[in-house]
Amino acid sequence: MNKILITGNEACAEGAIRAGCRFYAGYPITPQNELIAYMSKRMEEVSGVFIQSESELAAINMVYGGAAAGMRAMTSSSSPGVSLMQEGLSYIAGSELPAVIVNVQRGGPGLGNIAPAQSDYFQATKGGGHGDYRMITLAPMNAQEMFDFTYEAFDLADKYRVPVNILSDGLIGQMMEPMEMNKKMKTISPDDKKWALRGCAGREPNVVKSFFIKDGVLEEWNEALQKKYAKISKREVRYEEYKTKGADIVFAAYGSMARICKAVCDSLREEGIKAGLFRPISLWPFPTKELKKLAKGKTNFLVVEMSAGQMVEDVRLAVLDDKRVHFYGRMGGGVPQETDIINVVKRLFKSKVKSKKSKV
Amino acid sequence: MSIKAFKNVSMHYCPGCGHSQVHKMVCDVIDELGIRERTVGVAPVGCAVIAYDYWNFDVSEAAHGRAPAVATGLKRAMPDRIVFTYQGDGDLAAIGTGEIMHAASRGENLTVIFVNNGVYGMTGGQMAPTTLAGQKTATSLKGRDLKRDGYPLMVSEIIATMPGVKYVERVSIHNRIEIEKTKQAIKKAFQCQIEGKGFSLVEVVTVCPTYGAKNVKEAYTRLENEVLKFYKTGVIKDETV
Repeated sequence: MNKILITGNEACAEGAIRAGCRFYAGYPITPQNELIAYMSKRMEEVSGVFIQSESELAAINMVYGGAAAGMRAMTSSSSPGVSLMQEGLSYIAGSELPAVIVNVQRGGPGLGNIAPAQSDYFQATKGGGHGDYRMITLAPMNAQEMFDFTYEAFDLADKYRVPVNILSDGLIGQMMEPMEMNKKMKTISPDDKKWALRGCAGREPNVVKSFFIKDGVLEEWNEALQKKYAKISKREVRYEEYKTKGADIVFAAYGSMARICKAVCDSLREEGIKAGLFRPISLWPFPTKELKKLAKGKTNFLVVEMSAGQMVEDVRLAVLDDKRVHFYGRMGGGVPQETDIINVVKRLFKSKVKSKKSKV
Repeated sequence: MSIKAFKNVSMHYCPGCGHSQVHKMVCDVIDELGIRERTVGVAPVGCAVIAYDYWNFDVSEAAHGRAPAVATGLKRAMPDRIVFTYQGDGDLAAIGTGEIMHAASRGENLTVIFVNNGVYGMTGGQMAPTTLAGQKTATSLKGRDLKRDGYPLMVSEIIATMPGVKYVERVSIHNRIEIEKTKQAIKKAFQCQIEGKGFSLVEVVTVCPTYGAKNVKEAYTRLENEVLKFYKTGVIKDETV
């Protein structure tokens, strides 16, 4: 199949269109602006709904309405905007609505800057809004995966009636690279969703809500949600291992950092250092079991993130041996470079690196 | 016999509360227009939060103030359905000002039933943006002080200035004649949407008999003699013809 040159943000938008998403509401924010612009044009071509909302608060609540009407609905934003959406995300999760939310992360906290970052990991995976809820969170590392993962995200959202988050960053979002448009256009009928609010002709009325004031009812509702989350945790774990077999050093990284670490693995192996990569693709559910398995040996882990250390907490919980879990990160838009990471490896594992070299 | 839009169950509202009346009027209008099976309501956060327990048609919850955004989503997704929001003054005129202003400004083909009783009833009678100057509430014990608390907000007048807004009327329910007028206004607002004309809003000025009055009678007397002097009833804008 022929490849096309496209930004990650546009690839993501086209993935949504092909998945049958016909409802988009969003508010401009850098570095995701290519996405909203693409949607404004594409939604018209496919007779879908495009709304440029007055705020991210409104955008996520429009998505709530679109999803409640049975449409495949999506919004996209970047870190400060996604913070504003947390209220709506909690309601979407609490009301069991399917929706896709894209976060093209930038530096924070506060207004931060517009450079790439991975500092919204906690917010995405631990529940940034109030209440006990979870969001399936997928982390693409290139334009192709922006397309593929977004395409798949809508199936996951519908299957479990949950919000699904595409956790990207400014690097992947704005970079142009070749991609195969290898997915067919899906046609989704909102009428197939029997729970949707489409008028009560021929049936009892439907209600979409997250409010349960009567004693004990909310507890039951929560238990049902947790059961669903447990099922997702069991079934929807996604990860990638790269040269981890017999590796002395395994990087744990996601998204753009995984991509850089992959290149670092190759460079280190050329120097005789057995390095591999464990890359969580679903950040929630986190591939804890798979990482535990990998940690059974004596492998050392180096977690690399564009943050002060967020995913490293999940890695520690899986490995359960702090002495073997190391961290290197840069913040506020700083992107760890290959040479930086190589230097960190050499510093941390001096003895190991030397001994290996002498054997070569 | 056709199924009615009102469930005819007992409601949780305090005796004399305006919500009971307005709920029924909305349902009567839906029945009269024969649109129950293609209507989707959006319930607010506030005293009317469980409106769906009384309404016999599809209803969505909305976060506090966000009903116009949720309704926009519903209506854009299904332009042939009738979508309305039912919102109190805290929901619409305080936390949800952004959403109501922009839904109106976009000229969304929606109907808004705005129930203004001048206080936050659900949370214990605190001052609302609509609370009158000098009015005593749980958070304005000496009466609303314009210097400290700002001025009451006239949402309907603001919204009426927008070109996408086709019908705005302020009504009251302090006597039988006004109640009939209220019902007619609600009907007109729904018709405005059915005919695809654009945004319509009916502000129903009512009472909270529990907070701000000694009893139901006093609450309605105050509504007629004081509140309506400030919130004047009548058609604010009508471009439906």
